[in-house]
Amino acid sequence: MTTIAVVGTGLAGVRAAEALRADGYDGRLVLVGEEAAQPYDRPPLSKQVLLGKCESQDIALTDDDLRAVLDAEWLLGTRATALDPASRALTLADGRNLHADGVVIATGARARTLPGMPRLRGVHTLRTLDDAHRLREDLSRPGRVVVVGGGFIGAEVASSARALGHEVTIVEYEQKPLLRQLGPDAAGILGRLHTDHGVALVTGVAVTGLVGEDGVRAVELSDGRSLPADVVVVGVGAVPNTEWLTGSGVACDNGVLTDERCRTTVLGVVAAGDVAAYRCRGGRLRIEHWTNARDMPVIAAGSLLATLRGQDPTGQPVHDPLPYVWSDQYGVHLQIAGRPGVDDVLELVSGSFDDSFAAVYRRDGEISGVLAVDSPREFGRLRRDLRSAWSIR
Amino acid sequence: MQLCPIADLTPGVVTRIVRPDVPVPLALVKVGERVFCIDDTCSHETASLSDGWLDGHEIECPLHESRFDLRTGRPDCPPARRPIRTHVVQVVDGMVCVDATSLAPTAETAR
Repeated sequence: MTTIAVVGTGLAGVRAAEALRADGYDGRLVLVGEEAAQPYDRPPLSKQVLLGKCESQDIALTDDDLRAVLDAEWLLGTRATALDPASRALTLADGRNLHADGVVIATGARARTLPGMPRLRGVHTLRTLDDAHRLREDLSRPGRVVVVGGGFIGAEVASSARALGHEVTIVEYEQKPLLRQLGPDAAGILGRLHTDHGVALVTGVAVTGLVGEDGVRAVELSDGRSLPADVVVVGVGAVPNTEWLTGSGVACDNGVLTDERCRTTVLGVVAAGDVAAYRCRGGRLRIEHWTNARDMPVIAAGSLLATLRGQDPTGQPVHDPLPYVWSDQYGVHLQIAGRPGVDDVLELVSGSFDDSFAAVYRRDGEISGVLAVDSPREFGRLRRDLRSAWSIR
Repeated sequence: MQLCPIADLTPGVVTRIVRPDVPVPLALVKVGERVFCIDDTCSHETASLSDGWLDGHEIECPLHESRFDLRTGRPDCPPARRPIRTHVVQVVDGMVCVDATSLAPTAETAR
């Protein structure tokens, strides 16, 4: 019987398994997950989970019905440590070997840490459910919170910590948070969200040190300042989990390199989600958005099954979605679509930049992105305009 | 329970019903000659489906893009996993009506 192994049990892994079954795959299906926990959804970790508004069962990605449909063998709490390209055999951290005819790489990314920093109690990254529980525990006591990094994770953690009554400071290396992602105008608007809600924003400085013996006491900055801190949350991006593929023949460069159909450099091995750097419009994209982890595995599964069935791969759909991400901070809902360039012009369409609004980015007069704050209906309309422009580009 | 005159419904436009005497927010959609009534709140997170995009018999949640079938209430993809409730519509004397008992909030819709 044919065996397909899905490595990674986050959203991308679960979706790949779901798509394989939906596509008619009825062979053996094995899911390998590093975490012992049942698959869960990550967006609530920085918000509802930190705030104690939901528990692990509320964020489960599978239920009994789906697990029955998937009819999979679950190898949880163990990692794949190697992939042999000739036999497509996986080596697992617990010593087991697993032969597979097809492999889906969905190993995601892990939180980046500050290089060269001491490991101190009270210093956190937030990527997993365990991370969220540990951070929630620390936030259950009064204390000063310093968030390193003004991206979405940093912003959401700051918002949650503030809601829990903490004194919060965000340290951002750029002059404004999200400057490179969203340009100066939007970065200014989102920066004001923090200050409007009583969160201090320290920009244009780097973190040079963490001070403390056992637990963290302060964060040292490149301008000589020292910020007192009882809890530090480091939100400085993520690193794709590709090290285990060394020697596998699967080419990696800041992610697993795939073509437009999610195929890697090894036949019968596809990749999807945060770990995959896919070819797109002559360039390469590795997108860590939730929607990408939802949609890309469907393409990967189709592509893998076509390979296993000996079908012409060019008949399979390609992965070329319009990027979309949302964030909830301070009780407002942000939505962003497209890939606006830092020099693109932000143009208000409705509402007011001081409150809720919908706006478009333009490059040479053409729409290149949409940004909305608490304006879902208008966002939906504008995103359709952007999608049309995106599809003809 | 009377919701609104059928003459008020325009095909392709979602009408949101929020009234003190209606237990949960509702969305009414006319597709062709048929009228569909669904719970207006997405089964995933608090979002108003009447803000969403309508495409044939599907309505897309404006926040996270799950699409619900107006006929069955089923979502096509995550983040929504659970169906939204659909309610049987009758047009009586030009008024769109639903059975009041089917509107009663459940543990799920009260989230």
